[in-house]
Amino acid sequence: MEFETVIGLEIHAQLKTKTKIFCGCSNEFGAAPNTHTCPICLGMPGVLPVLNRKVVEFAIRFGLATGAKINQFNQFARKNYFYPDLPKGYQTSQFDKPIVGKGFLDIEVDGESRRIGITRAHMEEDAGKLVHDSVEPVSHVDLNRTGTPLLEIVSEPDMRSPQEAVAYLKKLHAIVRYLNICDGNMQEGSFRCDANISLRPVGQQELGTRTELKNMNSFRHVEAALEYEQRRQRDLLLDGEKIVQETLLWDPDKQITASMRGKEDAHDYRYFPCPDLVPVEISEEWIEEVRAGLPELPDARKARFMSEYELSEYDADWLTADRPVADYFEAVVKVGAQAKKAANWIMSELSRELGSEDIERCRVSPAGLAELLAMIEKNTISGKIAKSVFVEMMESGKDAVAIVKEKGLEQNSDMGELQAVVEKIVAANPEQAEDFRNGKTKIMGYFVGQLMKETKGKANPKMANELFARVINKG
Amino acid sequence: MNMKISQEDVQHVANLARLRLSDEELVTMTGQLDTILSYVEKLDELDTTGVSPTTHVFPLSNVFREDIVRPSLEQQEALENGPKTDEDSFLVPKII
Repeated sequence: MEFETVIGLEIHAQLKTKTKIFCGCSNEFGAAPNTHTCPICLGMPGVLPVLNRKVVEFAIRFGLATGAKINQFNQFARKNYFYPDLPKGYQTSQFDKPIVGKGFLDIEVDGESRRIGITRAHMEEDAGKLVHDSVEPVSHVDLNRTGTPLLEIVSEPDMRSPQEAVAYLKKLHAIVRYLNICDGNMQEGSFRCDANISLRPVGQQELGTRTELKNMNSFRHVEAALEYEQRRQRDLLLDGEKIVQETLLWDPDKQITASMRGKEDAHDYRYFPCPDLVPVEISEEWIEEVRAGLPELPDARKARFMSEYELSEYDADWLTADRPVADYFEAVVKVGAQAKKAANWIMSELSRELGSEDIERCRVSPAGLAELLAMIEKNTISGKIAKSVFVEMMESGKDAVAIVKEKGLEQNSDMGELQAVVEKIVAANPEQAEDFRNGKTKIMGYFVGQLMKETKGKANPKMANELFARVINKG
Repeated sequence: MNMKISQEDVQHVANLARLRLSDEELVTMTGQLDTILSYVEKLDELDTTGVSPTTHVFPLSNVFREDIVRPSLEQQEALENGPKTDEDSFLVPKII
């Protein structure tokens, strides 16, 4: 039997505000445990939460960027449950009146474009962090994260493969980073993804029983977990067994999903409107003000890179996936570098040397890279030497001109000088020269290699080819 | 008699609230809650045709804070009321 996979994603994006959603505590990550708390986020009795205006603005920004309807009247609700990371005993969230209504995202997989629906996005508060003690039977509770603003973004069950799910996730990730509302760090948990996945026989309308996957903190984990779960469900169904609706945790070490027992009691959250927070009413003027401040988004930027800089679709896609990378590229081009060359260098040398480091912390500035590219252009150094100069620039933070000067790496384009060396090499290799004259032109590589060895890689390679051809054919 | 709430309902709500009720308490609570619900049901007699649902009594909306950091509590102050703590965290029975 053939099955169709159905996937929907639920994403929690921590919003990059300075303070928490309902109090003035700092929203900064990484502080000592329980140093960013106050009576409001600790859930003390008698306190009054007050909504951070910035959170509303960020949510509107997201809604506008995904073609969504902004619900001009929206309000908060209490979601009741007990867990030690939730001091109030309820999470302040939105229920039947979320701020962002139906929107969409276009994704592309294997050259095919598909539109994925976004059901809704709503504002809510994050819970605290539990650290399980490795020795004692206790858990340590850190409430710094309690009250961090979140945007929960719920998709329609529109994705049909793990690849589509990852494409959607990456697109959404790029958008929140472009909008500057979330830093998108999946490792640190500021961009989290839960997935619902089910299978149904091809042609069937009704959805199959789904499982919910959690604990996937990278794009790779999301894809691997969905692949695994797709296989597991298919095997069960083919054996005539039933899928149990449950929450599963992805175990990245064992590469399997495992049942998450304990949190399985039937959810009964008893949502009700939060009496402490008055409704939010968003005027047309406010929406238009936010719209006017929207940056250029990934799709538009990609299209512009293709037309303005004549980049291939692949290059434009690569460069615009992350806003700081696209900004870096444009800065290099702005100071005079040729677009295609700049793109190549950023996509190969720069990205390799950066590794997992943020491009915003790159030791080579856009102007520094442009200067290096100009030196290649002017034949001051060869492309090959430029690569080693670049590695040194990344390591030492020195500029290209200084390194080339210090190490005497200028390309040798002195015709007379090079010719003397070429003549010497040809004289020392009469057999190879004869082969060349007899049409074995591939041997040119050998000669150029000899010349590079003699000149420590500094000979102008274009001149080398010409010189050898001339000298050998003359002899 | 037509009860507004069953013992099963009360047991369910008690579980959600992490309350343990004895058999006797369950009977008492069910009776009392039934009385309360019957009393509140009086509101159903009001004709609310044409009255739009509301969640707040005051005609207020858009009460905001600016995104400006204010001092938090000192760590020890924050931990003070916790039933069990160590030097920087609250301690709870291990949850996995």
